Amino acid sequence: MTETFSAQKYLRDIKPPFCAGCGAYTVTNVFLRAVHELGHENLSKFVFCSGIGCSAWIPSPHFRADSVHTLHGRSLPVATGIKLMRPEANVVVFGGDGDIVGIGMSHFIHAARRNMDILVIMVNNMVYGMTGGQVAPTTPLGSKTTTTPYGSFEHPLDAAKLAVTAGASYVARWTTINVNELKESIKKALQLTGFRFVEVVSQCPTAFGRRVGFKDAGEMLKWFKGNQIPLAQAEKTDEEELAGKIVVGEFAQRQRTTLVETVYNTIKEAQRQNEED
Amino acid sequence: MKKSTVSTVFWSGNEACAEAAIAAGCRFFAGYPITPSSEIAEHLAKRLPQVGGIAIQMEDELASIGAIVGASWSGAKAMTATSGPGFSLMQEGIGYAFMTETPIVIVDAQRAGPSTGQATKCGQGDVMQARWGTHGDYSAIALSPNSAQEMFELTIQAFNLAEKYRTPVMLMTDEIVAHMHEQVNVPSLENIEIINRRKPKAGEKAFFGSEEVPPMPAVGDGYDVVVTGSTHDEYGIRVTADPVPHRRLVERLNSKIQNHVDEIADFETYNIDECQVAIVSYGCTSRSVYEAVENARQKGINSGYIRLRTLWPFPEKVVRKLAETAKAIIVPEMNLKQLFYEVERAACGQTKVIPLNKIGGGELITPEELSTKILEAKA
Repeated sequence: MTETFSAQKYLRDIKPPFCAGCGAYTVTNVFLRAVHELGHENLSKFVFCSGIGCSAWIPSPHFRADSVHTLHGRSLPVATGIKLMRPEANVVVFGGDGDIVGIGMSHFIHAARRNMDILVIMVNNMVYGMTGGQVAPTTPLGSKTTTTPYGSFEHPLDAAKLAVTAGASYVARWTTINVNELKESIKKALQLTGFRFVEVVSQCPTAFGRRVGFKDAGEMLKWFKGNQIPLAQAEKTDEEELAGKIVVGEFAQRQRTTLVETVYNTIKEAQRQNEED
Repeated sequence: MKKSTVSTVFWSGNEACAEAAIAAGCRFFAGYPITPSSEIAEHLAKRLPQVGGIAIQMEDELASIGAIVGASWSGAKAMTATSGPGFSLMQEGIGYAFMTETPIVIVDAQRAGPSTGQATKCGQGDVMQARWGTHGDYSAIALSPNSAQEMFELTIQAFNLAEKYRTPVMLMTDEIVAHMHEQVNVPSLENIEIINRRKPKAGEKAFFGSEEVPPMPAVGDGYDVVVTGSTHDEYGIRVTADPVPHRRLVERLNSKIQNHVDEIADFETYNIDECQVAIVSYGCTSRSVYEAVENARQKGINSGYIRLRTLWPFPEKVVRKLAETAKAIIVPEMNLKQLFYEVERAACGQTKVIPLNKIGGGELITPEELSTKILEAKA
């Protein structure tokens, strides 16, 4: 890569909406770096789709590209309609944990089951940030949020494991400190087909960090660094010891017929049978 | 229409709807099984791939309407079909399609509600939901067929209106019309008027404003289109707080329909200039009206009717004019008064508006019940 990277060429000249220290800046930067390193001069080969929440604003309207900012939780169905009718487009969904595995959970499982040809980048900040810091399906047990003032009494969801079980082609999880690994995962995922899921555990200093005792974003990054454990090591560790740890790594990469392939094969088969009749 | 160009078939209303969708150019269907609309999904699952289209069963109605919105932004004509419970789930998506000016067609084969109600029995209880079901200020286009033939014709009309006005259009059919089998005269494709959305010219950027109905690009066509259900300016850029762009957008979205009520309004009339007693009806209920009016005329009661094919926007002019001359207007419905209030509003107190309602068991309002009401109304 001889040309120096500048995110600006991929971005509209609109002020980013994120708080100081937000992980969305890192995710934006890393994604665009991955795109750049894959040799895309612009985003014309991509269609972006997102739901509601802070992370949904990463592509919309900031990326200089086609983007569809949908209802809360419904980015995956809309992306499914787009991809099926535009199979040549590289459809990428950005969303938060609340959007993708809270309100949109059912679509997430079914898109993975179908092996729908979409890359989903889920920015997991463990909280509903845009609405002011309410408990999310990913909030660690015991965390104080605005709707769990005595600490969350629910177990959090492991979205990456769920994606593997549901049938995704590629699954990885990193945090915002693992920028190189994250970039390489996104590059790999962008070149694969089927349902690809990259989870980025990210800091929300405003709506989460300060309520659980981190004085700034830097403190949260230190927490990620000290608290993460590679998947291979996690597999050899007791479940009790893993409580509260962030397991990072590549969870799955496999070949499986994708929805675009099976749908378009069905069209061919239907047309063949119709001609015979 | 030349006779030789018409083929005559025997179809259910749902089959006619599915075939009409294909004739209108629909190439994407997403739906979730629900009585009494499922035959539309089943028929399209077989037929759409034959013409290079896609029919997919989604995990629920939220996903179904999302998928057709996505397909529409990919440049395809797209449709879903459901019944009351699914129609309720789709309401947020209908608002999204309205706000983003996405042409889609939603078929609601109405059954007896609320809730699961009587799932296999006919009802007309979703009429007001079609008008007011999503949140915020919006204007609906909703059509009401009363035969298999009209399931064909109005499905095509639904696509044409959706494409012309860049808005969701609802085909408010009902269990009886959806399931009945009837003769349908199908014109050849070249004799069917098809409207397609206006595409932008190179360099155009205002896909959400400045004109009443702006041109619509597809994603992947190189326009860098920004679509959002948030309030946005004419370029699609989100405006979360400034009052002016919100007013401008939402007022335009409503006025692009309300300014064209006369063009959209579609209805059949009989003897409305002369009649003493008139019936305003729609959908399956209107099928009893023909006989009732004929019976009344034989008994010397000068009666007539308006049969609405457009429910929304409500064709109030024709009803208002009728109210100036008729002594009474009867509004039969398979619900507990819904369009009745709209007729009463349009009548402006100039005549008596009399409801005739029946729900449960899918029992139609009979011609005899209507005749009795006509006699009462005349007295």
